[in-house]
Amino acid sequence: MELDPLLLSRLQFAFVVAFHAIFPVFTIGLASYIALLNGLFFKTDNPAWDRLALFWTKVFAVVFGMGVVSGIVMSFQFGTNWSNFSLAASNFLGPVLSYEVVTAFFLEAAFLGVLLFGRGKVPQGVHLFAAIMVAIGTFISSFWILSANGWMQTPAGVELIEGRFHVTDWSAAIFNPSFPYRFTHMVLASFLTGGFVVAGVSAWYLLIGRDREANRKALSMCLWLLLVLAPTQAVVGDFHGLNTLEHQPTKVAAMEGNWERSANTPLLLFAWPDQEAQENRLEIGIPSLASLILTHDAEGEVPGIGEVPPEEQPPVWIVFWAFRIMVALGLAMIAVALAGLWLRRGGRVYEHRGFLQLMRVMTVTPFVAVLAGWVVTETGRAPWLVYGLMSHAEGLTPSLTGGMALFTLLGYMAVYAVVFCCGVYYLTRVVRQGMLPEAAHDGEVERPKRPLSASHVPFEDASSQPGRS
Amino acid sequence: MAMFDLSLIWAVIIGFGVMMYVLMDGFDLGVGILFPFAPDEESRDVMMNTVAPVWDGNETWLVLGGAGLLGAFPLVYSVFLPALYLGVFLMLAGLIFRGIAFEFRFKSRRNRHWWNRAFCWGSAVAAFAQGVVVGAYIRGFPVEDFVYVGGPFDWLTPFSVLTGLGLMAGYALLGATWLILKTEGALQEWAYRLAPRLLLAVLGVFVIISLWTPFVDGAVRERWFGHLQLIWIFPALALVCAGLLWRAVRQRREGQPFLATLGLFFFTYLGLVVSKWPVIVPPDYTIWDAASDPGSQLFLLIGVLFVIPIVLAYTAWSYWVFRGKVRPGEGYH
Repeated sequence: MELDPLLLSRLQFAFVVAFHAIFPVFTIGLASYIALLNGLFFKTDNPAWDRLALFWTKVFAVVFGMGVVSGIVMSFQFGTNWSNFSLAASNFLGPVLSYEVVTAFFLEAAFLGVLLFGRGKVPQGVHLFAAIMVAIGTFISSFWILSANGWMQTPAGVELIEGRFHVTDWSAAIFNPSFPYRFTHMVLASFLTGGFVVAGVSAWYLLIGRDREANRKALSMCLWLLLVLAPTQAVVGDFHGLNTLEHQPTKVAAMEGNWERSANTPLLLFAWPDQEAQENRLEIGIPSLASLILTHDAEGEVPGIGEVPPEEQPPVWIVFWAFRIMVALGLAMIAVALAGLWLRRGGRVYEHRGFLQLMRVMTVTPFVAVLAGWVVTETGRAPWLVYGLMSHAEGLTPSLTGGMALFTLLGYMAVYAVVFCCGVYYLTRVVRQGMLPEAAHDGEVERPKRPLSASHVPFEDASSQPGRS
Repeated sequence: MAMFDLSLIWAVIIGFGVMMYVLMDGFDLGVGILFPFAPDEESRDVMMNTVAPVWDGNETWLVLGGAGLLGAFPLVYSVFLPALYLGVFLMLAGLIFRGIAFEFRFKSRRNRHWWNRAFCWGSAVAAFAQGVVVGAYIRGFPVEDFVYVGGPFDWLTPFSVLTGLGLMAGYALLGATWLILKTEGALQEWAYRLAPRLLLAVLGVFVIISLWTPFVDGAVRERWFGHLQLIWIFPALALVCAGLLWRAVRQRREGQPFLATLGLFFFTYLGLVVSKWPVIVPPDYTIWDAASDPGSQLFLLIGVLFVIPIVLAYTAWSYWVFRGKVRPGEGYH
């Protein structure tokens, strides 16, 4: 069998970016939460806030460190596997991606160190300021990344001359048509992720009866947050969808599994899209609902996948089902947030073991929803790398062979498996140790660029450390 | 905008970034390469502690340089990375493994030997891969119409293997002289004994490459044996540094060996730059061919000029805070 470098490169990029995305999507939300906790402690002087802030800063440090490690590969991927694209788009992407790096460095050099290691060494107000700046820094980073991605989805402000994009209008390119929706959708997703993880861990601590006061506060806070954010995300998602309908109709058609342009289009709950036959096998839907959602009119027309030739269509079943996974999980989040509100009556929310167990399980859902959402938007624009202007095949590195791409795909999988296993294993140890007062540590060298040194949890159980008395 | 040659400014910035990276990550990769040969496990703790506070700041320059290349000289980015595809993977894998080894080795006891291995092999592979990049760069890349058209293993030649081994020896020399500066007692004595041997290896590679390069590259031959006599000052100064290093080690000086090694690297680097200038993607493309639009270069320049002083100040502060000798039992446990 001939190895296809295009398919393997796409798989590799998807794998690396999906693996990497897990970490920032969590740290963006968590950074704001930590800033909030520090602010609450600053205002109320209640030590529970401080304990929470300290614990979540430790978690933040480990996750941030893993994000940095996995992110290094990202910055080389464009060149190794997509060199034609890199060269063609460099006039825009080069500065934009570099600004992300510049922002990240500025943030690390100036404020991350103060946040991680400055507690008790700098005035409380300065520490709070650093926490806020770190949170702002994560937004600026995502601003640049989503601007780059948005530009690839809805290119603007550039001129394509002899295979190279030249920027004619920087603000039109940076604030491209899909960017505001994408950015809002992603920031909310980060908050939801942070909220569900903090809520899930707090629920677990409550289940085993540890540090009740602080964890009740954390759970309650998160549930209020989720109650607001989960429905808001649905609304923002709807706007994002309408924007996509305007600029990338084929993607929306694939999300809906709608093969031909039609009015009174049903919302399909289940279908098996058959790309070869250009139709769905076995579909179950609610009449006219897709038309109603997308055009706010039951009679409205919904575009069809078949309006573009088969070679310009995305793989429909992936887009169709990834979209359904994302929406289903989003609805589940709303339901859980409402259940939390209901259980608040009489304070049952902190005692109801079933609910606390549910919150524990829900911890993984935002990660799955975010990845599914990215699959929808990235697969849905296939075969375009820069929408309508450059295809995946055109952007690929010409000298790349299938064997090379397979080798590095397997290689990165192996490397990341080790990093991920060590990181997650270590993270669970940090969480298990919890908010206990920290054991005195013997002057470890703590550096802002080495976020993991903010955590002093040993890698193995104490019993396996014969050298330690 | 015509007042400034932005490509020239960017060439200086990127050149400076690469040099900072080579000098700074060089010694901490070197410490990793020397790791398995250390006298004992306690020495390894000390060795790692000498670089633990600064290594990640050192790697900042690699990422900054990579991003800057995409922004300012995209042709370099889009030719070097495909041409060195497998080498780039090995380098990244090496850097990742040694990076996490820094974090987990000190938190671990039962599994410490695994982290030792990750640290040493990661450092060695990354150093070798970087040396291979130098060799491949000297040889040049088959490029047609701005696209790399060579094969997957073109970078792997006897010449590039030699430069790979040469850079490993050079980094190990930087590491050894760094240890002379930062340690004392038996470990320092071990580093003193190691330094002259590593210097001989480095000089051996240096001489072979200097003789070999003019044969593989006519433009380089023209540059060195043409009328630009002045450039011979660089290899001459590199050799002066080597002599100073030799003497400083014999006299058991503590700071001078490291400084002399930095000088040796610096002048060798300048010698390499003048061999190729202004070609940035050998054999044919100059910095102006490889440049992005002036508007893009300017847009990025504003941010970079803002952040480089901060990174430099931060770096200086880091080294100042962690100045002085590292003793056994200090730092991590």
